[in-house]
Amino acid sequence: MPDRYHIKTAATPARFRRVGKFANVDWREDCSRCSNCVKLRCLYDVYRHESAFNRDPLSPGETLDECKACLSCVQGCTKGLLNVSVNPEFLNMGDEYWKPDILLTTWNQADTGRIPVSGAGYRGRFKGPGFDSIWTDMSEIVRPTRDGIHGREYISTTVDIGPKPLRLQFTPDGVMLTAPLRLLELQLPVILDMPAWAAQGARLAAARIAAAKQLKTLAVVRAGDAVQALPKQLPSIAPVLSGEDIANSQDIIEGVRMAQVPDGPDAAALAGKLLSINGRLTVCVRLPLSPASAGRIVELNRAGLKVFHLCANQHGRERLEGGRPGRHIKDALREVHGRLVAEGLRDEITLIVSGGIALAEHMAKTIICGADLVAVDTALLVALGCRVCRDAHPRDAAGEAKCGSPELCPAETDSADCEYATQRIVNLMGAWHSQLIEVLGAMGIREVRRLRGEVGRAIFMEDIEKEAFGDLCRVPRSQVSA
Amino acid sequence: MTTSDAAVQVRIRVSTPEPETQRLGHSDWPQQIVPREVHPAPDRYRNALGKYTVDRLAACRSCGRCVEACRYGVHRKPAGYAFTLRPLEQLCIGPDCAETPGSCVSQCPQKALTVRPNATTQCMGDARWSSDLILATWRQAATGHAAPPHLESRTGASGGGFDSLRFKFEVPGFEPPTPVPAGTEIDTGLDLNHRGDGRPQAHIDLPVYGGGMSFGSVSIHTILGKARAAAAWNTFTCTGEGGYHDRLKPYDDYVITQVATGLFGVREDTIQRVRIVEFKYAQGAKPGLGGHLLGDKNTPAVARMREAVAGNALFSPFPFHSVYSVEDHKKHVDWIKEVNQRCLVSVKVSTPTDVDMVAVGSYYAGAHIIHLDGSYGGTGAAPDIAKKNIAMPIEYAVPKVHKFLTAEGIRDKVTLIASGGIRTAYDVLKTIALGADGVVVGTVEMVALGCVRCACCESGRGCPRGIASTDPELMMQMSLEWATQRLINLNNAWREQFVEVLSRLGMTSIRELRGRTDVLCRLEDEPEVSQ
Repeated sequence: MPDRYHIKTAATPARFRRVGKFANVDWREDCSRCSNCVKLRCLYDVYRHESAFNRDPLSPGETLDECKACLSCVQGCTKGLLNVSVNPEFLNMGDEYWKPDILLTTWNQADTGRIPVSGAGYRGRFKGPGFDSIWTDMSEIVRPTRDGIHGREYISTTVDIGPKPLRLQFTPDGVMLTAPLRLLELQLPVILDMPAWAAQGARLAAARIAAAKQLKTLAVVRAGDAVQALPKQLPSIAPVLSGEDIANSQDIIEGVRMAQVPDGPDAAALAGKLLSINGRLTVCVRLPLSPASAGRIVELNRAGLKVFHLCANQHGRERLEGGRPGRHIKDALREVHGRLVAEGLRDEITLIVSGGIALAEHMAKTIICGADLVAVDTALLVALGCRVCRDAHPRDAAGEAKCGSPELCPAETDSADCEYATQRIVNLMGAWHSQLIEVLGAMGIREVRRLRGEVGRAIFMEDIEKEAFGDLCRVPRSQVSA
Repeated sequence: MTTSDAAVQVRIRVSTPEPETQRLGHSDWPQQIVPREVHPAPDRYRNALGKYTVDRLAACRSCGRCVEACRYGVHRKPAGYAFTLRPLEQLCIGPDCAETPGSCVSQCPQKALTVRPNATTQCMGDARWSSDLILATWRQAATGHAAPPHLESRTGASGGGFDSLRFKFEVPGFEPPTPVPAGTEIDTGLDLNHRGDGRPQAHIDLPVYGGGMSFGSVSIHTILGKARAAAAWNTFTCTGEGGYHDRLKPYDDYVITQVATGLFGVREDTIQRVRIVEFKYAQGAKPGLGGHLLGDKNTPAVARMREAVAGNALFSPFPFHSVYSVEDHKKHVDWIKEVNQRCLVSVKVSTPTDVDMVAVGSYYAGAHIIHLDGSYGGTGAAPDIAKKNIAMPIEYAVPKVHKFLTAEGIRDKVTLIASGGIRTAYDVLKTIALGADGVVVGTVEMVALGCVRCACCESGRGCPRGIASTDPELMMQMSLEWATQRLINLNNAWREQFVEVLSRLGMTSIRELRGRTDVLCRLEDEPEVSQ
């Protein structure tokens, strides 16, 4: 058994202004001075903290986020002067996919590195599109791997990148034909990807690299950012290199374990160039997730490429021509996985999937749908306070939103201190890792490698609705609303 | 029989019972009788919350016209008072009234009154438990009768599951069934032992009993309130896994002892004194993850009962480390049956993909009751990822299991109980129509006691409203008498609705509804229907 993988998290309070969900509204007029003030009895000391904030201009952040909306003050005030309302600024954050609640829970996880825990059952919608139409299985009595969560038994989150042939091949006289395995082992089924839009200063890339080293995984970086990596950090980066970059990055290529090349007619040639510089290198082709992905992967496999990074859009959907969104990862990836299984190639090929991986559950569900591992991008920015408001920002000549700067970004992600940013990324991944173990433990699965493509251990909404409600008469919703 | 008669039809216990009525089960302890009486139990906070807020401007001259105009008792000006009192906003039905000519708003000569949606109540609840649903539950617990129509009391806003199911009589276009003749008695009771194994029958007067919430996770007042309401309604409540509190002994006949993986406080005498013992293999809120009582909530009193060290977090491991097969499971069931030779055995499981096989296995292991706990419910603290994602919601599990047990030919030999996100009387009826015999509830009881679903049960001193907390100061926010009455009232309001729906469906017993999916329909968006 390998050493137990452990992510060292540490409380790292946010340095950006958090936006809380609830806001206390205090009607100070007409107070009877009854000295029975419910504000003093607030279980969370919200009123006292807000008062302190108002007196202290150097206070690090507003405290609108502390109210839990227990409504004890509203219902207990002698004169009924208090109200609580949902903070409109909170509701305005994010978009239809990166919802305010996702941003808030990501901030909390980056603060502490802990699993989000709450009481009173599930609070969201019954089902939804994409990942919200999958439930993962659990095992009732048969396996003891739940103990892994408390450390008494080991649940592995290790993944291998590279081809894993089903059998060795030999010549009639016993000489092995199969090339020696060159597997790249990561302790976490996650690599840290570049943000999907132009929101990355050099500091962010440095933080991503440092976090990848701590997490024993990889940070995907642009060639320009790879230069700043220290020699000891090179094994933790995966630079994206075009033909021009390759010529200028010999030292880097020799030091890294994986490099990515963009898909294109010359992808195989670029891979060849990289391998000629570093024969031990794992070369990954980065291509958009689209209906053509499966065919393209099979084609590139024939050219000897074995590792692919499929990039969905930021809402987890295929990228179609003209930027239109296509099917969700859930459907598109199952098709790719199924095709590779049918072709007998699945164990030869490694699939990394990114785009729309916003929560720990998305990581597990993407793997269930057929990925070997995922790449996280936007969630890393959110950990630093990003509100995913890019659509409201001015764009550069290439059409990319310009954000992260102090003038535009309330979180000023560009100027975040590297050490602070690193720890928040590590914390977020630590919380995700713990949640992945929760899911694996509940399913009775001891290692994440066995989760890949395990659709039989998931419940898909389309199937279960048919099984459970198939015999029920169906009525248009409008018939009731009307 | 009208719905208001329904409460009278059921057997009402008197305060001086005959001795035999005190000995339903095997308890040596004198069993306390709790009268099944409906009394008003208004909100325990000074300012009750309503769906709408009524603003009275300083221009008000306290002429009292609003008091005369309001048919709902919102405005008050007691005799001898110079000023009108603060409006009882919780009674206001909002624009349906305020926009009519006779309303307080239109009658006010000073135009000093306005009615608008209450922003504070919009902070309550969520998609599953909408603020309307919380307010409606409070109203039912306060009055003992159905909530007024301006509060949506049947469904939440989750967009699926129970919220997408309707009885056909609720939907225009379906021919209504022939109702039962007026005056017919409607039976909402349920027998729990169908094995015919010679063990005593346990009959409950409602197809509902209370779920396990341990001392530690909730206050003693909450536990005792649940037990007393169960005694009043001749149904059950469950200890949860935190042991058997001594103060529950007067209600032994209505308590289910839970044996969970942590075995906290489980002793032979706690198994022997009850009529039902429940094995908890898993729970819906955290399927496959066991239990976790945070150190803060492990007070000295809790620790004493659990035979643990105060202040330490307490884990219930998952799964039972003595059970890794159906054969092991049978040994467990046999163990309980041997220790208590007159009890029924319930097996509580979660809802994995093979939940139907689990149910069949439990039956052949000797269980009398199979209790499915779906993934969206739960009252205690749980990882968010587990609550949302692990195992299937109960709406899917019930028909799956019901059909499988039927196909196996054992459906009538076992009682199928469902829980996990059952919030309303209509949810109960839909669950039974999908194939369950009865249900277990938990969250709705907490809501009846004043929970706003702020989800802070787990942090610090626990529930700020004193329901799910053992903090001595917080728990005293709620008296035992009030808690008991709220739950008795809620049960009565639900029974009235059961009777009304069964009457409309032409059924005289709740048992006729089981598996009758033909009385339900499913709401879908148009493209889905056309497919």
